[in-house]
Amino acid sequence: MDLKFNAEERAFQDEVRSFIAKNLTDEMKRATALTPSVFSDPDIGMAWQRALHKQGWGAPGWPVEHGGPAWTPAQRWIFETESARAGVPNVNVMGVKMVGPVIIGFGSPEQKNFYLPRILSGEDYWCQGYSEPGSGSDLSSLKTRAVRDGDDYVINGTKIWTTHAHHANRMFALVRTSDGPRQQDGISFILIDMKTPGITTRPILTIGGDHEVNQVFFDDVRVPVANRVGEEGKGWTYGKYLLEFERGSGIASAKLREGLKAIADLAESDLTGRAIDSPDIAFRISEVEVDIDALEMTELRVLSALQTGQNPGAVSSILKLRNSEIRQAVTRLGVDVIGHDALAVEPMRPLYKLNHEPPTPEEMLTVVPEYLNGRAYTIFGGTSEIQRDIIAKMMLGI
Amino acid sequence: MDLNLSDEQRLLRESAERFVAGSYNADHRRKMANDPLGFSPAVWKQFAELGWLALPLPEEFDGLGGGAVEIGILMEAFGRGLVSEPYVATVVLGAALIARCGTNEQKQASLPKIADGTLKLAFAHSERAARFDLAKVATSATRTTQGWRLAGSKIAVLDGHAADEIIVSALMHDHHGPSGRIGLFVVPATAPGLAISDYPRLGGGRACNIELSDVNLPEDALLGDGHDALPAIEWAIDRAMAALGAEAVGIMQTLLDTTLDYTKIRKQFGRPLSANQVIRHRLADMAMQVDEARSMALRAALKVDAAPTERARAASGAKAKIGKCARFVGEQSIQLHGGMGVTEELEVGAYFKRLVASDTLFGGSAHHYARHAELGRKA
Repeated sequence: MDLKFNAEERAFQDEVRSFIAKNLTDEMKRATALTPSVFSDPDIGMAWQRALHKQGWGAPGWPVEHGGPAWTPAQRWIFETESARAGVPNVNVMGVKMVGPVIIGFGSPEQKNFYLPRILSGEDYWCQGYSEPGSGSDLSSLKTRAVRDGDDYVINGTKIWTTHAHHANRMFALVRTSDGPRQQDGISFILIDMKTPGITTRPILTIGGDHEVNQVFFDDVRVPVANRVGEEGKGWTYGKYLLEFERGSGIASAKLREGLKAIADLAESDLTGRAIDSPDIAFRISEVEVDIDALEMTELRVLSALQTGQNPGAVSSILKLRNSEIRQAVTRLGVDVIGHDALAVEPMRPLYKLNHEPPTPEEMLTVVPEYLNGRAYTIFGGTSEIQRDIIAKMMLGI
Repeated sequence: MDLNLSDEQRLLRESAERFVAGSYNADHRRKMANDPLGFSPAVWKQFAELGWLALPLPEEFDGLGGGAVEIGILMEAFGRGLVSEPYVATVVLGAALIARCGTNEQKQASLPKIADGTLKLAFAHSERAARFDLAKVATSATRTTQGWRLAGSKIAVLDGHAADEIIVSALMHDHHGPSGRIGLFVVPATAPGLAISDYPRLGGGRACNIELSDVNLPEDALLGDGHDALPAIEWAIDRAMAALGAEAVGIMQTLLDTTLDYTKIRKQFGRPLSANQVIRHRLADMAMQVDEARSMALRAALKVDAAPTERARAASGAKAKIGKCARFVGEQSIQLHGGMGVTEELEVGAYFKRLVASDTLFGGSAHHYARHAELGRKA
């Protein structure tokens, strides 16, 4: 057993560091630090995706034949960790990490040839059509319906919490093509061009002041049957496969550590009157740091199992839950550290392009919005309550 | 980077788990709870035969050269059986201090005898007025013509009643008064002036308070050459905290398994307790905390030989986090067993009490979060 990286892994670490040093501009870095929502805006995020793609690193988890870099689990860990340390843009995961693996796993050769290169290069920008106003945790109760009409499906219904639908040119969606004996039956996985007539998007502002999610309406939207991935009625299986990617992408501790470091730096600064001198704040910083240490070790244990081809088992279902809870703890601490500056609201977005003097020092601008938006961490991708159900079922067998 | 067990480590785990499952059961534990010694000399002999007493000792002194990870593997299995033999006192603390601080002659005199089971040790450091401050030692060691004279009081000495020799920390005084240096002195259990009052320890085993009334010792009772021993004490206790963390993981895992089984069998309102979401979620939280504790114990073990600040932060982080997890898992295990959980008729309480004792020993969560924070600011 050893926590240290070997010579090859250290060489790779150097390679990642020098790639980042060469490609990460100050503008991207500042924009990322000043983005209080989950993903960077497309101009920033896709600029980074293009740089990664040029290096051959556009899709770390994909097989080599589709453009993946054939990294070991340890290399993926190093890549994610170095990226977090450097503060690279948060590329929207809907393309590379979510719809990509589904197309690779279940798509037709034509779909693979058409979509995968466009995901890699950042030419296409994807959003996810899963949740509906009446179908949250009980996702398979979804009602958006696709009715066969010749070579098309005609889609009617609505999707909600659609992250970056207002930027996306494509959506992957779960729609109902028939009514089966179980509500999970009769769901199909469809790829939709967002410019198709009949699609409208309504912005939803979240409590942190950001426009990241939307509601999308479908009014007699015609989508070619050729845009269905896999078999008709099997969409639930594909959708679940994808949700496992969303939950288990699992290398989160480095980003949490950077988030905590930013808060700890503020606590040690005169900007907060040295909040850290309050024993209560110092104590809580340690408490969160230790939680991050524990999560990091669990991630490394999963990674070690993967390295030797073992199945890490249900332990990975813990990762999403702890990651989201710790992220919230970091943002909660942030609000308490900045004290009276938490009263100030900066309504303009993006925060990195303000044309006026902001109400607080720049280092604090994202603190309250991140805390408020961050309430969603334990809701999206399966609520914490759903995660606990999964842990009870998969890990404990009850 | 590799956190998989090696083949040797896997074998060690299997043999430890097999031993504990075979030799340690509720009857044995009940017997030990009422035993004046608190553990079984026959089991101690078996530990020696299995090589566990030699496990972390240096190879040149009949040891096996194992590290903190191996100790952790053993301690986790000990936790599952609530083993009460004086392993931490003799091997994890006592032997480590001699191996680190002793002269070659001192090591030669002690370590092979620890390995073969003929020498048991204890470490007397804590004092009432010091609370958890390792640097605060009032017990004095004064120069005499023959060697040293020790005077003072120690509390919470693990297994001191069973030790052949007790390693006592004392502030060294020279002709000008206190030197500011702490020395470690090997005191034979039979030394005149040494009074030991032992008591049954919370969660099994025994501990004692010690009075040293002018205990005269020869020159070579001092371990090593008289350098300040505080860094070695901090190092040894950080290692012991990693070991206690692994033991707590074994205890918590047993409590989780037992509680899970119980909630499947116990029926109320016509269905098993585990059919209730509130119970399933509680158990999910317990499972998660056992896993977090497992990660922290391993992390502390892997960092025992790191630079002092890194090592100490890992040890304190683990002690704080594991203590917090242990209280939650232990308290909830009792809660989910209902009234039976509060009785001595089940063993849930015995396991819980051992967790409380481990949490308290060398300082609880609050102390170690504070130490973690303090060391973080200096770094």
